[in-house]
Amino acid sequence: MSEVDLAVTELRALNQALHALTPTTNETNWRILNPRGRHSIAVGVDAPVTIEIAGHAGYYCAGMNQQARIIIAGNAGVGVAENMMSGFVHVRGDASQAAGATAHGGMLVVDGNASARCGISLKGADILVKGSVGHMSAFMAQAGTLTVLGDAGESLGDSIYEAHLYVRGRIASLGADCIEKPLHDFHRGELFAKLEAAGVAGEVDVAEFRRYGTGRTLYNFHVDNAGQY
Amino acid sequence: MCGIVGIFAKTPGIEASLGAHLATMLAVMGDRGPDSAGFAVYGDGAAGQMKLTLRGPSGYDFSRFAALGGLTLRGTHAVLSLPVEAEAGFRAALPPELTIVGAGSRMEIYKEVGLPADVAREFDLASMTGSHGIGHTRMATESAVTTDGAHPYSTGADQCLVHNGSLSNHNAVRRELLREGYRCITENDTEVAALYLTHRLRQGLSLEQALTASLSDLDGFYTFVVGTQTGFAVLRDPIACKPAVMAETEEWVAFGSEYRALVDLPGIETARVWEPEPGVVYAWERP
Repeated sequence: MSEVDLAVTELRALNQALHALTPTTNETNWRILNPRGRHSIAVGVDAPVTIEIAGHAGYYCAGMNQQARIIIAGNAGVGVAENMMSGFVHVRGDASQAAGATAHGGMLVVDGNASARCGISLKGADILVKGSVGHMSAFMAQAGTLTVLGDAGESLGDSIYEAHLYVRGRIASLGADCIEKPLHDFHRGELFAKLEAAGVAGEVDVAEFRRYGTGRTLYNFHVDNAGQY
Repeated sequence: MCGIVGIFAKTPGIEASLGAHLATMLAVMGDRGPDSAGFAVYGDGAAGQMKLTLRGPSGYDFSRFAALGGLTLRGTHAVLSLPVEAEAGFRAALPPELTIVGAGSRMEIYKEVGLPADVAREFDLASMTGSHGIGHTRMATESAVTTDGAHPYSTGADQCLVHNGSLSNHNAVRRELLREGYRCITENDTEVAALYLTHRLRQGLSLEQALTASLSDLDGFYTFVVGTQTGFAVLRDPIACKPAVMAETEEWVAFGSEYRALVDLPGIETARVWEPEPGVVYAWERP
């Protein structure tokens, strides 16, 4: 276990040490103490390691993550796991705005609530929020999934492309060109897999969710290209 | 960008160190607003007395007012404590080089250009005590770096407001308030927001009701932190354009633009920490 105390170690030194990790590193377990809401903790990691942040993190924590499993034992500020490519980011508290923005791959799990614009411009990652999400979530989301066990704020999925949205609770309103769609067996399977990946498969029933997605009236969708998404 | 902070003591426990906490919070938010800083502290008051916070040019000799009442000097500011009935006369005879930054039975306001940590030090904020306080660190975007452009804005006795954001309909609201007989000193949008709340409070609304009314009357993006003699409140615009984090324990409730501003508060480890919801008024009142 590599323990880094940000009360004594510069954040930049920590991030440089994480960036220097190779795919075969033996330093596979990291614990970051005293994050004290600092911005850009564990940004740009590209190694199969586990990093636990022991407290609240500031902006862009775990941004651009690849491969790493990053656990935040507190709240995360704006843009947690933004542009994640792969790996797994777990926020044990709440996430602020734009959680998982533009993320291409990997999974982001938020135990609490995520505020506005969760999964904005999502590009393929899976986001699962056990609480509720704020307004304009999944705005222009292109691919990937957003699963919400609680409620969703206003204008969910505004101008959405082909991302799949699963919400168990109440929707304040749907955004432009976002519509409710039937929950087919394919989607039940997809949703179950996401619940399973987030560790809540036994706790909630896929039948309690409703599916939302694009009405395909706002962009030039050609069914021949459906396989590209 | 700008940073705003606030702290409100729910019990007297934290009052002795309130200034010290506010000073730390302001300093941490210095990188969100390095141009100027200001703060208001609600300290002691005496029945029948009005505290006027005066600002003068550097090196101004405030001692000429010592005969009028209690006088406390802090940097370029001085707090003059007068009998309530003497306030109007003092205002009428105010020397032109002086500005009354704020007035109230308990509120004192200090603002100056410079790095927030330096501003807090210049006024010795760390030594101040009180039941609540709010502060602002400014990154000037739409008007010059001047002391007049620094928050908090106070437009009524014991009332003040700090604002992160900018209002889009402040000219229209200002015109309406001028028609009601109010006076605006600056062209600043935040002054209009403060004056709007003063207007609503004067109509008999509670602080919470006044802020709720502002949701339909003020347009733009904003996070407001507001202080009154006994109250403390927070409101974010319905789109939540500007960041906000709150924390609460049995002893206190605190606001910061970012969580970083709150990390040194006593008991923060076990405090409830949350992001205030857009368009929802959060208000606390001391009996």
